[in-house]
Amino acid sequence: MKVSLEWLNQLVDIDQSAEELAETLTRGGIEVEDVENLNKGFEKVVIGEIISLTKHPDADRLLVCVVNVGQEEITIVTGAQNLLNGDRIPVALVGATLPNDLSIRKSKLRGVVSQGMLCSREELLLDDTVGLDRSADGILILPSTAPIGENFGHYLGREDSVLDLELYPNRPDCLAMVNVAREVASLTRKKPHLPKWAEPDQVLSLPIASDLRIVIEDNDLCWRYAGLVVEDVHIEPSPEWMQRRLKAAGVRPINNIVDITNYVMLEMGQPLHAFDRDKIEGDVHVRPAYPGEQLVTLDGVERTLHKDALLIADDRQALGLAGVMGGLNSEVTKDTRRLMIEAAHFAPVSIRRTSRRLGLRSEASNRFEKGINAYGIAASLGRVCDLLQDLKAGRPVSFVDEIKNLPTRRQVILSTEHTSTVLGIELGVSEIQQVIEDLNFEYKESDGLFQVEIPTYRSDLEIEEDLMEEVARLIGYDRIPTTLPQGDQTQGRRTPEQEFRRRLRKTFTQSGMDEVMTYTFTRAESDAQWGSAKHSIPLLNPLREELGVMRTTLIPGLLDVAARNVARRNMDVSIFEIGNTYWGDEHPLQKLPREELRAAGVAVGKSERHWLEQPVSYDFYYLKGILEGLALEFGLKLEYRVAESQSLLHPGRSADIYVQNQYVGFLGEIHPSLGKEWGLDRAVVFELELAPLFARIRQTVRAHSIPRFPAIQRDMALVVAVETSAEAVMAKMKKLGGDLLQQVEIFDVYTGNPIPAGYKSLAFSLRYQSLERTLTDEEVNLLNSRILEGIQQEFGAERRK
Amino acid sequence: MWLITKLGWYRENRLSSLSRGGSFCVLSGTSGASVGQGTCPLVPEKDLERVICLKSEILRIREEALRELSELDRPEALQELKVKVLGKKGSLTAMLRQMGSLSPEERPIMGQVVNEVRSQLEQAWEKRSAELERIALEQRLATERIDITLPGIRVPRGHYHPLTQVIEEIEDIFLGMGFQIAEGPEIESDYYNFEALNLPKEHPAREMQDSFYITEEILLRTQTSPVQIRTMEKLHPQLPVKIIAPGKVYRNDDDATHSPMFHQVEGLVVDRGIRMSDLKGILLNFSREMFGESREIRLRPSFFPFTEPSAEVDVSCMLCGGSGCRLCKGTGWIEILGSGMVHPKVLEMGGYNPQEVTGFAFGMGVERIAMLKFGIEDMRLLFDNDLRFLQQF
Ligand SMILES: [Zn+2]
Repeated sequence: MKVSLEWLNQLVDIDQSAEELAETLTRGGIEVEDVENLNKGFEKVVIGEIISLTKHPDADRLLVCVVNVGQEEITIVTGAQNLLNGDRIPVALVGATLPNDLSIRKSKLRGVVSQGMLCSREELLLDDTVGLDRSADGILILPSTAPIGENFGHYLGREDSVLDLELYPNRPDCLAMVNVAREVASLTRKKPHLPKWAEPDQVLSLPIASDLRIVIEDNDLCWRYAGLVVEDVHIEPSPEWMQRRLKAAGVRPINNIVDITNYVMLEMGQPLHAFDRDKIEGDVHVRPAYPGEQLVTLDGVERTLHKDALLIADDRQALGLAGVMGGLNSEVTKDTRRLMIEAAHFAPVSIRRTSRRLGLRSEASNRFEKGINAYGIAASLGRVCDLLQDLKAGRPVSFVDEIKNLPTRRQVILSTEHTSTVLGIELGVSEIQQVIEDLNFEYKESDGLFQVEIPTYRSDLEIEEDLMEEVARLIGYDRIPTTLPQGDQTQGRRTPEQEFRRRLRKTFTQSGMDEVMTYTFTRAESDAQWGSAKHSIPLLNPLREELGVMRTTLIPGLLDVAARNVARRNMDVSIFEIGNTYWGDEHPLQKLPREELRAAGVAVGKSERHWLEQPVSYDFYYLKGILEGLALEFGLKLEYRVAESQSLLHPGRSADIYVQNQYVGFLGEIHPSLGKEWGLDRAVVFELELAPLFARIRQTVRAHSIPRFPAIQRDMALVVAVETSAEAVMAKMKKLGGDLLQQVEIFDVYTGNPIPAGYKSLAFSLRYQSLERTLTDEEVNLLNSRILEGIQQEFGAERRK
Repeated sequence: MWLITKLGWYRENRLSSLSRGGSFCVLSGTSGASVGQGTCPLVPEKDLERVICLKSEILRIREEALRELSELDRPEALQELKVKVLGKKGSLTAMLRQMGSLSPEERPIMGQVVNEVRSQLEQAWEKRSAELERIALEQRLATERIDITLPGIRVPRGHYHPLTQVIEEIEDIFLGMGFQIAEGPEIESDYYNFEALNLPKEHPAREMQDSFYITEEILLRTQTSPVQIRTMEKLHPQLPVKIIAPGKVYRNDDDATHSPMFHQVEGLVVDRGIRMSDLKGILLNFSREMFGESREIRLRPSFFPFTEPSAEVDVSCMLCGGSGCRLCKGTGWIEILGSGMVHPKVLEMGGYNPQEVTGFAFGMGVERIAMLKFGIEDMRLLFDNDLRFLQQF
């Protein structure tokens, strides 16, 4: 809502600057988004008169003008050719910054000092409503009555400022100047001076039209419909003051009749529409459109109407889309002699649907959507009558007012004590009384209980708490002290699961992985590839097609991030994400889907080069190492099994991950053909379901004592077939070694000369230790060779010499 | 020649002075005189002669040892020399064995001489050893020089996403004030996301939030506020309810200041006698912990369907302190969250009786706070995940 300060000032006394008033309103709950000074760019532009025009001594195409700008005469050099002595023209003085951002400075043109600039219409960004015909060729020539020395903006009536209100949905009343004035009056403790029609219950003393009948066919979609019949209509432009106010509010002036309807809408908040009375045949019907019904709207577009569009029609045809746009067939033209001016209530839902569907939104539809005051309908027509008479635009003769439904009038009880308690401010009865009086609400009070009559224009005030807010905002939110809740003290603590997620995130970052956050909606194809198309949930209205489904896996999002980074030459990527995946069990969804938390990672490239160390390449073993660290951190035993029927991962470099025989995720290098698709060479990925991991994490640690007897170490290097898994060998060793074999670790893996092709060398370090005694070399040697024999038999291994 | 001189001197002193500490230096004074490598010709006929001969041999050994000691430059050679002289088969030890031929009166005197020399040599050794150690240490320190400006071994360090950092910081502040962390589904029903929050169908305020729908009744939550209802349903009639609910929310919007997916932290306190001033107190505490000790807050009237009265909360600008700058657009204040007293209908929906309890609620945008905190200008950077951006945090 754009509020002209000049207009507002007529409705309520304002003793603040535009900026101060904006602050008052904002602190009072009516947010002012912007204060626009309409004179901007004209501050140093004045009206001047040309006293003399002479040729520039050194330049044929330039003229030297002496200009009277009121207080003084100044010299200006110009190239304009349309000037005559005695012309009145806009002069930009030194220091001016024009609306087109041109700054004016003192300058010398071929030796002659120029103290300003004569302005053309373009430089002032003006339309053609001022100036004489000669202006077309150059400098704007003003009428000879233009007062010399006056500020040019003021001459154009631009001294006004406009406040742009950003209204919350609960305050549609402030889409009317009278209610903004009421608001200002309440906040600044003034009495507003409103037209009498601002009281919604005013009675319009006109005869009931005998020849006009209103038929409301749906009481829910239209509560009230009133029509004012006007005769002796005289169409002409509206007066300058009205045009100026309309323009300040962002409404284009058209003619006196249209301008009056718009003016009253801005003033009273009630949208109005003028029909050519002589184009209406029979009764006026308010009804939903017939299937396939058509209407040519005022913009000349023929529209096929949806069946729930609400129409204004006569006995024959549709005359307009209720609350949205009139029809061409009943438009007011310069030949119009009789009018019917409509003031009505239409249901917000219906108007919203129609205006959305047709992409037609206007000041009128906006007000209907937010809800208008059905009580004020007749009063707004009263205001129209006054203006028609003031402007001599027509003669109101009769009216009809069909009322089907009105909202109930409300009384709300406000308790001084309760208000003090809820706000936390000690308030006296008189303070609350003052607020209600400042609001201009009727009330009765006894024992600190106020019974408040809610005016019909304040549809937002329904319960006591609503009035508490009125109290708080009028006395100022700054009056609220700062206290702390007095109740029982509580202990804040993360749940074990929240703590688990937090530690998990820490484990990944401490392993050197960067955390990323990706959108949870993704491309359907990629999600189907890595996740489950059967379970993925499509959005009805995605932002873009490639963000069309809720993810069932984190992998594609991470691969996108990795690919984007690599494309930007961030070649070495090691990232993870912890986030939800979303699993629908039916389509369309009947109940809320499962949200399953997962952790996933992608790594490609290698660690940075370092002068002391070899870079670590981000491969299978890199990520596996990180997952092993994770397992250690949480006391989990992760098992890696050769991946079965995995088409997305490299068949020789991928593993399924199990915990206690439950599948929890996978780890592997992405399949070379997929890597190519993504532009990633040898990227490795993992994904883990977190619920089964969380269910199995170590809850408590039971400490073992430090062994008292020394350990004996033996190394064992073996040559085995390449496909032999190191884990199997170690498992066998542990089995053979029994309790005395405390630990087996692999410390070297080697292929190549002199190991024959098809074989590899594995070197293990075995630690023997007893908890009861010191082991002898002999018994360790014996055990060690038993293990060696066993391994040789089981795996066909050879001892490497 | 020097033997004769020594003999004369020996006679006068009966060797006794050797047992006195300090006289050794007199002997040492003569050590400059050089004698060949030859051994003392033993003259067995007379004790005295033998004594003198033995004595001179001992002194020779001493002189020899001291000379070698001074020439030594390796600590290992020190030990070799020690063995050579003082060891079981050392030259000085050999002297002791020869004493058998001396008379019982002379023996202790000679023994004393040997021991005397032995301890002198040991002291000299120790001194030389310390000296050598010092020299070695000096040499080691002089040669062991590294370029301390070279980078150290890298311990891998990943980065938390800036939003995670902000969420955890907010969580920690409220945990410290006794709040629990509650959670709710991101895919929500129309009921929890709107209706139970006093936003019936066709309520104009629904327009403030363009929602992503899955079906007519199921959508991506547009706010964390549904967690208010879910928490109250779960906890009632327990009091107090004191939770925050961080999480992802979704709105159909995408530009420099809006992302279709973003994060909010919701807060809810319900108890007997909760006042709007309590809301102000809690949020002042939060703002000071989050944005600095000297921050102030102010409340402005606002509108949310699920709170009444409602307030927008501004915090004094963390960049200029309130005098006005580019960040706060000259106002000195920055809007950080929405809040209010829980609407009675919402308390009822959650199962509480609004006649008995009151509550306050608030909600803040995590992205906005992260942008303020880290000086990020474009919200989209937070989800672009460029490593050059992420690795700054
Ligand atoms: Zn600032």
